[in-house]
Amino acid sequence: MATTTFDLYNLMERDKVLLAFKGTVTSDLLSSVFQIMESKMEDLNDSPATKKKVFNVLVECLQNLYHHIDDFDNDNAIFETSKGDKKSAIFSISRHDDYYNIVTGNFIYPKNVDEITSKITHINSLDRDQLKAYYKEILGNGKLSEKGGGGLGLIDIAKKSRNKLGYSFKEIDKDYSFFTLIVKILKK
Amino acid sequence: MEDLKHEGSAKTPVVEFSSNGELLLKGRSIPENSIEFYKPLIEWLESYSESPNSTTVLSVQLEYFNTSSSKCILDVFKKLESVSGSEITVKWHYEEDDEDMLEAGEDYEAIIDLPFEMIEVEEI
Repeated sequence: MATTTFDLYNLMERDKVLLAFKGTVTSDLLSSVFQIMESKMEDLNDSPATKKKVFNVLVECLQNLYHHIDDFDNDNAIFETSKGDKKSAIFSISRHDDYYNIVTGNFIYPKNVDEITSKITHINSLDRDQLKAYYKEILGNGKLSEKGGGGLGLIDIAKKSRNKLGYSFKEIDKDYSFFTLIVKILKK
Repeated sequence: MEDLKHEGSAKTPVVEFSSNGELLLKGRSIPENSIEFYKPLIEWLESYSESPNSTTVLSVQLEYFNTSSSKCILDVFKKLESVSGSEITVKWHYEEDDEDMLEAGEDYEAIIDLPFEMIEVEEI
């Protein structure tokens, strides 16, 4: 192993990680994570408004992850063992002096890269009032998807975090890419 | 008709829909599958609309809700909007430091043709 557990520990320590997870994201896992994060944040010296906002955005980020991992066809195909299960994901929540960072990473089909890019680019191009109007437009006119999100997730994350969405893609092979979303929430 | 009651959970709100026209939605609404959770509420309102009370007050006291719930909550308002023969009011509560929740209420107010009362509270 190139990276030892101690390296990993130091990396997470340096990044001020409160909680990190790698593996399959289930509804039960999210329930536990929300509970852990709520009680962790309770003890932290941040304003109630900050805690509330972080929790709100966290719920949206992780449920977004949960719903989209499901996007894979039911083909049972898995990666070569070195890459793990394609439904596996990673997320972390870190707390810095002036802000929180929520990072999620998951596998996607390369064909979806363009769609996600244009969606995020559009969201990031909007100022606060435009974003509010866009949210209202999708809420009022958009249909509810089977999963319930109806495409509001990323808009809501951008709106509530009051920040541009950070993102990147890494091409794995012809079948899969890895999508990273970085959400920064300034403390209030 | 029977009242609709649901005890709140870590991901779902308290629901108390009474045929006397007092409807309460309180707590947090962050289930992964909101459609399933809100279906009985919509169905209850459907029956309620057949012989509603002369006044109906929906009191929304939510601490958190996810985007999946936001569409379902809109459906609840739309259903309520279609109830005729009752004077309907929505009381939208938000905690004093929670501008996102106030904003969410204003969004619904803009979309839905019902009178909204915005009520600031210290804690929900």
